[in-house]
Amino acid sequence: MPVLEIRQLKKAFPAADRTVRPIIDIPEFALESETEAALRGASGCGKTTFLNLIAGLVPADHGSIRLEGQNLAALSEAGRDRLRAARIGYIFQTFNLLQGFTCLENVVLGMSFGRKPDWNRARSLLQRMDLGNRIDYLPRQLSTGQQQRVATARALASRPRLVLADEPTGNLDAANARAVLSLIRECCRENGAALLLTSHDPAVLAQFDTPQEFSEINRSPTEGGDP
Amino acid sequence: MTLWLLVRRSLWQHRLSTVVTAASVALAGGLWLSVWTIKDQASDTFAGLDSGFDAVLGARGSSLQLVLNSVFHLEASPGNLPQEDYRDIRDDARVAAAIPIAVGDNYRGYRLVGVTTNLFTDIEYRPGQKYRTRYGRWFDPRRKEAVVGSFAARRLKFKPSDTFHPYHGLVFDEKTRHQDTYVVVGVLEPTNTPADRVIWIPLAGLQRMDGHDPAAVNDLSAVLLKLRSAQAGFHLDLRYNKQGNRLTLAWPIDRIVAQLFEKFSWFSRVLELIAYLVALVAVGSVLTGIYNSMNGRRRDIAILRALGARRRTIFAAVVLESVAIAALGMAAAFLIYWLVFSAVAAVLRSEVGVALSAAHWHPVMLWAPISVILMSTLAGSIPAIKAYRTNVAENLAPIS
Repeated sequence: MPVLEIRQLKKAFPAADRTVRPIIDIPEFALESETEAALRGASGCGKTTFLNLIAGLVPADHGSIRLEGQNLAALSEAGRDRLRAARIGYIFQTFNLLQGFTCLENVVLGMSFGRKPDWNRARSLLQRMDLGNRIDYLPRQLSTGQQQRVATARALASRPRLVLADEPTGNLDAANARAVLSLIRECCRENGAALLLTSHDPAVLAQFDTPQEFSEINRSPTEGGDP
Repeated sequence: MTLWLLVRRSLWQHRLSTVVTAASVALAGGLWLSVWTIKDQASDTFAGLDSGFDAVLGARGSSLQLVLNSVFHLEASPGNLPQEDYRDIRDDARVAAAIPIAVGDNYRGYRLVGVTTNLFTDIEYRPGQKYRTRYGRWFDPRRKEAVVGSFAARRLKFKPSDTFHPYHGLVFDEKTRHQDTYVVVGVLEPTNTPADRVIWIPLAGLQRMDGHDPAAVNDLSAVLLKLRSAQAGFHLDLRYNKQGNRLTLAWPIDRIVAQLFEKFSWFSRVLELIAYLVALVAVGSVLTGIYNSMNGRRRDIAILRALGARRRTIFAAVVLESVAIAALGMAAAFLIYWLVFSAVAAVLRSEVGVALSAAHWHPVMLWAPISVILMSTLAGSIPAIKAYRTNVAENLAPIS
């Protein structure tokens, strides 16, 4: 059964010249449970908007996004928040760790809005990321590679069915990028989560069997710039 | 649990602002608590301090001055009254007790009050409580002996068998020393009344102090009265104040003291207004403190939303943060209140002899914290609305 099913998805944003600029126009996209998909695309081609639509952070203009059969369009904003908290983990290029919180607290917050926080699970995830001796550190006290591993632990904290990874290695050097990417993929498999990853980095995409071009699934003629 | 974690971390992250804002709430709250408790406790305490008397008979003049001089041992006497008037009122069937007093001398600023020993033996200065000596005995009315109030004894380091020379007048002036030598024979137990600041000597001693006018040797400053009934007060009021024109009967004492506080009620209203304004400014500082930090928090809010936090959770966290700052501030406000109250109470104790207690319950101790916290909830909702409206996608930069 697909964890994610998308049909006739459309999203446009107002442009500076007061026209409406279509960003996303995806007739169809699906991702099976406990599988992975990598999308290749240049900066500004709408990859982040696509992931934000799936996460329910941005409402779609048209079409349906079904997460394990549940249509996001039919949900209120609070309903989408609940669904995101329970079923989706999000890994960002810029890590987006909360700077005032320790590693452990960051991971706990990854599961606090969907279920009862399980501090032991947060600890064991950090240990799995080889950060068992850093749980009380603040993000700024960690290297970038370590920070992305904390973000990965956080994304997996709520036992999500789908992990969205937006350029997860974009801010890392090649060695760290490889290590973090392997860890993300392994942990998604271990936790039974499907992985949808976007990147423009050939080295990252080369690790996947069949990376897809984002422009192949998105008919919108976006090129470069924002968003 | 999660909310509390968010609030705790945010308070810590903005700790300088948290401390400064909580301190301003503490100052405002402390002022608020102090103004209300001191004003009410002072007026209640003063009005209740009749020292066991219902009325004072004295020279024609202001009844307030008469009460202040003879009951509170403040201010000058409005004048003297002759011995005959004392005998007259003493023998009146409507009067239960009449205690004559004479004032006019001091020792290092502490008043000497000439009195008869039945003040100590017959009068209950508070229901069920008579004056008692802590050390020594009552004075002998025929000798130059003194019984010292507890506060005056402590300040002057007086103990039985110490001697002193009185000074003329109610204000201490080294050049006005009398030749008479008095012996301290007793020290009173503390009464928490103005009597604690007085040096009590025999009535005749004060009347006959060397240098006093021999023609006025039998005159009195006032007669303290305990009446048999309220009816007696009406009759005597009619006789002395309405029909007579030589003497003044200050009656009833508690109403006269209450009138004094009413005269100053505008002042306490100004203080109340200041306290309200300061509280408003403090709550405003909670608002601006959090509001100004909102720009720096947009990303954190967006991240929390991306993790599944609902808008109302973010809203609640910001409001709760404002409430937490107010609650911290109000907790510290009680410390400030205690400091201010203790300072004011110490001044009142030494100047008037009245004891106030910071631990005395006053409803303001409940409604001031509740009001400040409610106001902070409202104040916190303004930045909370801003937080509520934070656009997640725009603040999860950068976008690819």
